[in-house]
Amino acid sequence: MGGADGAGSAEEPPEVATRGTGPMPRLLGVLSAGLGVALLAVPDRLAEIAGLDHLPDHQTVLRGVGARELGSAAGLLSGRRPALWTWTRVAGDAMDLSVLGLALRTGDRERRRRLSVTTGVIGAVTALDLFAAVLATRAARANGRVMRLRASVTVNRPPDEVYRFWRDLANLPRFMRHLESVRVGGDGRSRWTAKAPAGRSVYWDAEIVEDRPSEVLAWRSLPGTLVPNAGRVRFVTVPGGRGTEVRVELGYAPPAGKLGRMVAKLFGEEPTQQVKDDLRRFKQVIETGEIVRSDSSPDGTDLRRHMMRRPAQPLAG
Amino acid sequence: MRANCWMGRNTVEVREVPDPRILSDRDAIIRITSTAICGSDLHLYDGYIPTMKKGDILGHEFMGEVVELGREVRNLRVGDRVVVPFPIACGHCAACTHGFFSVCENSNPNAALAEMVMGHAPAGVYGYSHMLGGFAGGQAEYARVPFADVGPIKIEGDFRDEQVLFLSDIFPTGYMGAEMCDIQRGDVIAVWGAGPVGQFAMASARMLGAERVIAIDRYPQRLRIAQENTGAEIINYEQTDVLEALRELTAGRGPDACIDAVGTESHHPSGAINAYDRGKQAVRLETDRPHALREAIMSCRNAGIVSVIGVYGGFVDKFPMGSLMNRSLTLRSGQCHVQRYLRPLLDRIRRGEIDPSFVVTHRMPLDEAPQAYEMFKNKQKDCNKVVLTA
Repeated sequence: MGGADGAGSAEEPPEVATRGTGPMPRLLGVLSAGLGVALLAVPDRLAEIAGLDHLPDHQTVLRGVGARELGSAAGLLSGRRPALWTWTRVAGDAMDLSVLGLALRTGDRERRRRLSVTTGVIGAVTALDLFAAVLATRAARANGRVMRLRASVTVNRPPDEVYRFWRDLANLPRFMRHLESVRVGGDGRSRWTAKAPAGRSVYWDAEIVEDRPSEVLAWRSLPGTLVPNAGRVRFVTVPGGRGTEVRVELGYAPPAGKLGRMVAKLFGEEPTQQVKDDLRRFKQVIETGEIVRSDSSPDGTDLRRHMMRRPAQPLAG
Repeated sequence: MRANCWMGRNTVEVREVPDPRILSDRDAIIRITSTAICGSDLHLYDGYIPTMKKGDILGHEFMGEVVELGREVRNLRVGDRVVVPFPIACGHCAACTHGFFSVCENSNPNAALAEMVMGHAPAGVYGYSHMLGGFAGGQAEYARVPFADVGPIKIEGDFRDEQVLFLSDIFPTGYMGAEMCDIQRGDVIAVWGAGPVGQFAMASARMLGAERVIAIDRYPQRLRIAQENTGAEIINYEQTDVLEALRELTAGRGPDACIDAVGTESHHPSGAINAYDRGKQAVRLETDRPHALREAIMSCRNAGIVSVIGVYGGFVDKFPMGSLMNRSLTLRSGQCHVQRYLRPLLDRIRRGEIDPSFVVTHRMPLDEAPQAYEMFKNKQKDCNKVVLTA
């Protein structure tokens, strides 16, 4: 039980689909690229449209801005660290707005009219960038919070039987204490409901992403859930008819703040212990048909309950 | 119902507690007709087994009548008379399917607790601490029996309770102690501890063909019972040096196999050595006093077997590893896999090869459990074995 690496360490733990950054950073990247090319190719024409053509060195300034846009575009389109690159766009926007602010003090009425339109446009772009940057930052933080757990147990049953029991996801709540139900829909999708503190429930939808009968089963929550999570269980034959090693890898990204603390509670103080307890109950259910309960542990295997255990008197009533 | 509860060190109380009830489909509820106090209950009584809680119901040696059954128990009927083995075993895990019932992988719901102390968890045991599952014990009017389709053996025929009750623990435990010795023709077997388990080990060694059996203890009454019922030669370790006496009795060879039927609370005639281990035990540098085990190892013949059935709880100090290793000794041990021995030993009783009731010296009502513990612990009134009736 537990600490099981060995055969499993070669494989990556399942990828948790945290709240994605969405298409926004890439769209901004395309926008930056277009703007950058335009600024470098026809700075005069753009300066005129923007109402900046009367300023000294405006070509140099606009070419500089163009180069900056191309830099941002490269960063955003690369797909790496979208949060950082969207924030550089916000910084660029701030620079542009201050330049426009300076420009507004000079020039004739017609230019000022064009300048205020430009400022409005840049202001709207700034708002968009800011929104994208906040989203991207949240997504990055969620990724940073992803918890990964591993646990394993040996079960005295052949792999195909163990796999079949697990593949029927509706069986999972029988041994996973925090799950209330798993309802299986068509197309490999399922709705999971978990018990949350204070009698509440949280639910998420998941899909099966890997399914090799008697070997491996992996699932992942669909985007947009409160607690993005993913799991993979591998069924490894033990030589000599000794049953099946059940090796579980889990990942989940609890949200921050109060909600996160609630979710942390959901998974227990010791998430790894919780998974080990789950696996021990799994073994009991598949080997004996029930979860073993004593008078002091009427709920069966659960380390937290050991700490609060009551004397082994028969239960009242 | 009334039950004998552990209330702290050296304190038990018969109290009114709620009746047990069926928790799982494979459970049975037994109305207890006879239950015994076991030597290993004294380790609980004396406070040497961790994870006991005030109010825990004691007792793991009991028999009675089935009064209620879970839906999945098809081999028993209400009204059946059964003896209940002390280790709780699921019958389906790898350990159970290989006959190692006392290390069942499923029957201990507090396995994580036992893993912290022992690395892996043994089976759950009735009335034997929370580390071993926190199951209510059988020194009570009723008991819940989990996996009733695997454990209890149905008793048919007109046996008295006292003849079959000890199938629950001490008879198979003693038998397994002897069986682990791989007894060959001409073997001499020495047994440390001439209490009831030791007595059954001696009787079993005889049944398995040992030439001579040697009993080591300090209570004349126990040595007398052993001598009379099992034909053992006796050594009182307070009067004789055990190693020397064994060398003398075997002309220098040493016993072919040595059984430790004492366990954690052994005594040593030397005050200094006793004080050493008691001191270490007091400050928790070791949990168990292993005098008997040390002596068994030191006196066993080269390439012999040391068989440990006395109960230990944790860690021992000054373990003679050099003697064990250099002299090719084999160390075997285990809580008894009782389920394995029920049928064959019941058959031996039926054939008249042994009448286990020879160990009983006292019969008392359950309500007198506190006095019975006191008497059994201090070997007052020549107490060898107490049977309580509800």
